[in-house]
Amino acid sequence: MTIKICEVAFEPFAEIQTFQNTLALSGKFGATSIFIGTLRDFNDGNDVQAMTLEHYDGMTQKQLAKIVAAANSKWQILDCLIVHRVGDILPNEPIVLVAVWSAHRGEAFEACRYLMEELKANAPFWKLEQLATNEKRWVSKI
Amino acid sequence: MITIRYFGSLKETIGRSNEALSVVESLTVLDVWHGVNVDFPLAENILTAVNMDYVARSHVVNDGDEVAFFPPVTGG
Repeated sequence: MTIKICEVAFEPFAEIQTFQNTLALSGKFGATSIFIGTLRDFNDGNDVQAMTLEHYDGMTQKQLAKIVAAANSKWQILDCLIVHRVGDILPNEPIVLVAVWSAHRGEAFEACRYLMEELKANAPFWKLEQLATNEKRWVSKI
Repeated sequence: MITIRYFGSLKETIGRSNEALSVVESLTVLDVWHGVNVDFPLAENILTAVNMDYVARSHVVNDGDEVAFFPPVTGG
């Protein structure tokens, strides 16, 4: 189980490949479920030119570890990888990657969805959008 | 001494990112807020954490704790 907080842009498919190459799971996993969240250039009816992602360093990792532990208790997961950006982000750059390896697709799909939803609900990140007008706007939860 | 931290839009609203408070009596998280934010009520939607775990506002803090206040999270 690996949790990474990235201060620079990352390439999600390279992260997945590199991580999978380190897994001592050859022949053991039959399913890999992946979610990638990417910054759009629009939100709530406005054009977005950039975003700054703030987080609570330390609590972020602690909460994500709890979420992973909870997923492990619910499903037979062989391994998982969570990567989340912080800092200044441009449209089309990845924000988050969640990948889950398991023997069967059911566990992989469900655990990946669970990890992503719990991350959105509990991991202490905050998005500050920079609109095309240069106005800055905190993203609020609906 | 308790360390107090603020994040997101709340940090901008109150104009500080961190501060410290001496503990001379038993304090809840809500007491800590009122101890340093006389002019700002603690809004309903603000989340609270102690030592990087979510807690209720009635949670009693101890000397050396880190108390955090922040708006609903918006990661992912």
